[in-house]
Amino acid sequence: MSASAKPPVFKNPVVRWIDHRLPIFSFMDHELNEYPTPRNLNYMWTFGSLAGIVLVIMIITGIILAMHYTPSAALAFNSVEHIMRDVNYGWLIRYIHMNGASMFFIVVYIHIFRGLYYGSYKAPRELLWLLGIVILVLMMATAFMGYVLPWGQMSFWGATVITNLFSAIPLVGEHIVTWLWGGYAVDNPTLNRFYSLHYLMPFLIVAVVMLHLVALHRFGSNNPLGIDMKGPQDSIPFHPYYTVKDMFGLAVFLVFFAALVCFAPNMFGEPDNYIPANPLSTPSEIVPEWYFLPYYAILRSIPNKLAGVIAMFGSLALLTVVPWLDRSPVKSARFRPIYQQFFWLLLADCFLLGYCGAHPPQGWYVIASRLGTAYYYFHFLVLLPLLGLFERPRPLPMSIGKPVLGGGMAASAAKTMEKQ
Amino acid sequence: MAHSVDDSGQSGGTRRDFLYLATAAIGAYGIASIAWPLIDQMNPSADVLALASVEVDISKIAVGQRIKVLWRGHPVFIGHRTPEEIKAADAVNIADLRDPQTDAQRVQKPEWLIIVGVCTHLGCIPLGTAPGDPRGDYGGWFCPCHGSQYDTSGRIRKGPAPLNLAVPDYKFLSDTSVRIG
Repeated sequence: MSASAKPPVFKNPVVRWIDHRLPIFSFMDHELNEYPTPRNLNYMWTFGSLAGIVLVIMIITGIILAMHYTPSAALAFNSVEHIMRDVNYGWLIRYIHMNGASMFFIVVYIHIFRGLYYGSYKAPRELLWLLGIVILVLMMATAFMGYVLPWGQMSFWGATVITNLFSAIPLVGEHIVTWLWGGYAVDNPTLNRFYSLHYLMPFLIVAVVMLHLVALHRFGSNNPLGIDMKGPQDSIPFHPYYTVKDMFGLAVFLVFFAALVCFAPNMFGEPDNYIPANPLSTPSEIVPEWYFLPYYAILRSIPNKLAGVIAMFGSLALLTVVPWLDRSPVKSARFRPIYQQFFWLLLADCFLLGYCGAHPPQGWYVIASRLGTAYYYFHFLVLLPLLGLFERPRPLPMSIGKPVLGGGMAASAAKTMEKQ
Repeated sequence: MAHSVDDSGQSGGTRRDFLYLATAAIGAYGIASIAWPLIDQMNPSADVLALASVEVDISKIAVGQRIKVLWRGHPVFIGHRTPEEIKAADAVNIADLRDPQTDAQRVQKPEWLIIVGVCTHLGCIPLGTAPGDPRGDYGGWFCPCHGSQYDTSGRIRKGPAPLNLAVPDYKFLSDTSVRIG
């Protein structure tokens, strides 16, 4: 971090006394106040802090739901209905938690695609990227297990289908599945262990988020230009500039979130999950939550059990090697004309896979999801390495400060404003 | 650009102060309105409130017998008092009591004493309801936790408890049935 940073002097003697012995105030000042941040961050950089806030919202509402929920196959469904009907504001808290999961994935997916577009995963931020993937995987496990807890039809059959993925593992697959279930089918032991882990994992996510932040603050945020900060003229203090920007982003986000919770709380849900779990009857169509649909499409696109499971987990695993597959020294897609186009193609591909995942695997959906899967792998395994070799990037600006402060027109405009 | 605009002028300062206050007020309102559901969820839920009264059949309680019923998670003592017990409760000099109340203030019908069986000291259940229980020096109830003693009207007579055993809201629905709560 910048060597010019002076240790802060606190006016309050109690704060000074504590800080001398336990420098938490210096730490907070350094990481949240004076922390030098590129001056050109756009609203795409708000989604990191939004993700952190959604995590806090999920933990608070989750702890409250745990006060009223009963993790037992016989009682779970009714206890969720008890929350919805009897507990004061239980409907609100549950709908916040339920839709908060969707919000979390929306925010995190935008955050990830932001990273892909602006090359935020490149040196020296590879570990920052990897920690992000760890958070994503933990989020997926947490979301999946949370979805099982209401013990409706989708909960039960979702749990059955997803745990059965592990049966594709040769030799030990069946044993692993029995071990996961704690029996010969998804039942009370499964529900209890999922509840325990669903409560634990958010705190693991908090721990990895801390590491993610430590890694972030080592070199600071990447920025839309993808070039490093070269001096104080390129940065502004985090507070008040980005606290206020993040607050505004948060306000807009909360309007969206609140509208969803209050006006369309079941939009992302499946009606079948309001039917109590029945081990004797599978719903006519099993669909995962929307945030798993692209992976689900990849799984179904391959007509071989083991290969399908490998392709699905592989699509996630692939993200971990992106920093080494992308050989281009230029970070931001703004200066990579060809990569920029393929980026949008990849995004469209993910939407296509999601669309296919939501529909039964028949007719053209099968062909489309196979093409989508093939392109996904092609993008990362072939295009990324080749573009690094053959793409001719546009010229990079000299510094972050320069295009912002500008020469010519922009600077004279700024001067006129100062005079007024 | 924004940091180069001078806002220390008179009109600028007032405007900014107003914006700060307005923002803080809206923020405080927002936080309070989301904090209340998070707090209120711990209050009794609708299904708990729905069970807040119980009806008791008192036709089987013999004279001199005392029973316990569960009401809102606490025991309620129902005693069918003997004439001697009623007389003892009436004979007390009100001025001597720690929590002065006449027996008539504590019962609707003299033969039926209905009180919450929770010691007003620290919440234990006093003994004296079951036959053979110690009833203390005053023939009422004796709390085993810290030795509080209650008389035949459930009034505190001795020991650390500050108040008489509480009288719940109740109503005789008929000669043989009472609704508590």
